[in-house]
Order: sequence, then C-alpha cells, then structure tokens
Amino acid sequence: MEVYRTDIAVVGAGSAGLSAAYQAAGAGAKVLVIDENRLPGGQLFKQIHKFFGSRAHRAGTRGYMIGRELLENVTASGAEVWLDSLVYGMQKDLSLGVIRNGKHIVVKADAVIVAAGAKENYMAFPGSTLPGVMGAGAAQTMINVNRVLPGERVLMLGSGNVGLIVSYQLMQAGAEVVALVEGAPKIGGYGVHAGKIRRAGVPIYLSHTIKSVTGNGRVEKVEIVGVDARWQQIPGTEKTFEADTVCLAVGLNPMTELLWMSGCEFCFIPAFGGHVPLHDASMETTVKGLYVAGDVTGVEEASSAMEEGNLAGIGAARALGFLSEEEAKRKLAETAERLRTLRSGMFGEGRRKAKEQQLEAMEQYRAGTAESMI
Amino acid sequence: MDDIIICRCREVTRSEIIAAIRDGAVTVDGVKRRTHAGMGLCQGKTCGRLIERLIAQETGINPAEIRPQKSRMPVRPVRISSFGGENSDAEQ
Repeated sequence: MEVYRTDIAVVGAGSAGLSAAYQAAGAGAKVLVIDENRLPGGQLFKQIHKFFGSRAHRAGTRGYMIGRELLENVTASGAEVWLDSLVYGMQKDLSLGVIRNGKHIVVKADAVIVAAGAKENYMAFPGSTLPGVMGAGAAQTMINVNRVLPGERVLMLGSGNVGLIVSYQLMQAGAEVVALVEGAPKIGGYGVHAGKIRRAGVPIYLSHTIKSVTGNGRVEKVEIVGVDARWQQIPGTEKTFEADTVCLAVGLNPMTELLWMSGCEFCFIPAFGGHVPLHDASMETTVKGLYVAGDVTGVEEASSAMEEGNLAGIGAARALGFLSEEEAKRKLAETAERLRTLRSGMFGEGRRKAKEQQLEAMEQYRAGTAESMI
Repeated sequence: MDDIIICRCREVTRSEIIAAIRDGAVTVDGVKRRTHAGMGLCQGKTCGRLIERLIAQETGINPAEIRPQKSRMPVRPVRISSFGGENSDAEQ
C-alpha cells in the first residue's frame, strides 16, 4: 500500500478548496488537492453568468473567468492537484483513503481541509423516477460543461437563484422553458435574474408545485397544482404541460459524509441545508487539524466559499508554523472583513445570522470542553 | 400518494418507509435496517433527506435531532480490486 505524505491535504478542488490550497501553499506548506472530477474548479466553470457582490469579489466577472484565475494562482503557488481521484474515506487520525488511477493510496497530512461542497436536494412525487426528471445543477453541468441539451421542453421547479439562472441558461442553450413553478408565494432568487425570465415570457406559477409527471418510459406530461399557505394541494387548480424534462431546483445540502467519519461535532441550521460542522473563525472543526470551507460548512455561494477557503488555508498554515501568529491574524481579519460584506444586505443577512449561530455553537462547545477538563 | 418511490436505488416506497417508522424506526439507520432504503448504489445520498423528513412528520421528533445515516467507507462505489487481490486491475 502506497503512503503519500504532505503538510496539508485539501479534499475538493472547487472554489473553497482551490482558495485554501493557494493560501497554504503560498505560505510555504506542501499542499495536495484531491478531487474526484476530471476537471478542477467545482461549480465555477458552470457559472457563465456575471457574479454579484463588491469589486473585491470580482462583481461583473463571469464565474468561469474567476475559476481560471484561481487555477492559475494555485498552479503558481506550487500546490499539487490530483484529479479523477476519489477520497473514499477518512480515519480518526485524519489519514485519507484515496483511489487514483485504480490504485489505492493512503494520504497522511498534518492538517486536512475538507471542501467537499454540496449535493442537490431531491423531491419525490408520482413519476419522479421517470427519465427526464433531474436536478437543475445536473442540467447546468450538461449544457455548460458537456454541451449536451437535456431536453427541448423544460419545466423548472424552484425559483431560487439556481432555478432562475439555469432556466435562463437552458433557453440560451436552445431549450424552451414551458413554466417556472414555485411553491412559495414569491420568487426566491435575485430580482435581476427573475426579470430576465419574465422578459423572456416564461410563465411563472407561484404557490404551485408538481402533482405528477407521466409518460411512457420518459417525461411527457407534467401536472402542477396550486398550494395553500400550509403547502396543501388545492384540488381543481391543476394545469398540465407537455414537457420532456423536469428540473428540480429545490435546494442543496452539505456533503458531510467524510466529516461524520472524523467524529467532529455538528449543529443543525436549516438555512444552511441541515446538519453542518461546528468550526471556529479559522475554519477549524472540533477535531484538531481538521478544517472545513465552502458549501460543506453550510450552503452559500461561490464568493463566500472562496473566502472561507482563504480562512482555512491561512488557519492551517498558521497551525503548522508556516505563518507567524501576527501575519495570520492580519490575513484572517482582512478575509473576515470581506466575508462580512458578502453576508450583508437583503439576501446576505440571513446567512450572516446563521454563520454567527454556527460560530457561537463552536465557542460554547470549546468552553464546555475546557470546563469539563478542570 | 403512498406508492411514491423514495429510495430509487432499492425502489422503496413511501408507504413502506412509513410502515417501518410505525414499526418503531426513529432513525434513518432504523428505516434502513427494516426496508433497505439507502443501501443502494448512491448510499442514501438521494433519499436520506426525504427519510429524515418522513421520520420528523410521523413521530414529531425535532428535525435537529434526526441525524443522517451512519457514514461508512467507501463514500462512493469503489472496485474491490483497487485494494489488491490476485486479479487486481490496478494497472488498467
């Protein structure tokens, strides 16, 4: 069995993982990034739209351009990146089981940063297993990465930013979006994305959900139905659409499997997608040497994932002595300040409160452990 | 409504899962042991959340107390041959 030793191992080469690798390798640590995909960049290279936020967060720049720059930074920093390599498990001593080119390798690192991202929520209804029903993120990968149109006539369920952006990109790719259906009484995502959908003439059905999908071996018809304030279906409000594809944009949840194996502590924050790991301001979990960053700590977006990656990279480099306490403190404070601006405003406020709750739970945990040791 | 498939890998329906909960399953692992939901190729990555929600609905347990199923290696399907053996295809 081959053993590979490194200072810092990063699981996931997306926005958070690449940022963490660049920070830690830039400080002088030997860094290995491992990703199961054939291409690095996580979700960034699917994002053909312009980002929001401040100048510091590259507002107005398209996601894949940000991805390219991040990759260049990582290459220049000297971090090694293993693609098409699966981290299949983690031991309590943080050693990682990896399958690379069909070969089993154990990676031993002094610090591990898990930036595994999130997965799409699924929804069950009659016909939800018919071919043609898929996650909106999956459809986005098909059109923007693989250049394959999943269908000609798409019904989108969910009006958060994923539902809105993917609807628009499906139209750009040549599909017709026959309806955008949202269970809540109002649109979930940004007005500017919703405006594009409205102007394109896509019918929007608020307070509606999918009642059933039918077809002979594939999606052919979708029946939607109105729902009341308690999400109960209202008989008599059904409408039927002919479609060959149904996209589900009903949220994401953190990919925490490796973290549960490590034995780190979790808290429950519905706004972040469910159970999320406790972590401190430098992204360290309750397991010493185990750091987290990005959607795995709670589902947000790419810009905050990159900043959390920066925090984790700085934190791990400091813990291993690659950054002085003073320098790390300054860098952490600067990054935290940029994160604060991302988590402000009408849409960021909820995420700021959720993150405060998570950090607070960590402080309470550490205070409790310190107390029990006296 | 009851014949909706929740675990698509093992084709376990909503009514089978509710029967398991009424039989006393109060955790995702308890439902898994009784119905095999979450034991297919994706290892509960698709249905796990739906099962958590069904347990909360049926039992009134606070969703914060309902943990995901126990995480075990491997987190993705892996060829046994990757770990060695006489017919290892590690060179392929």
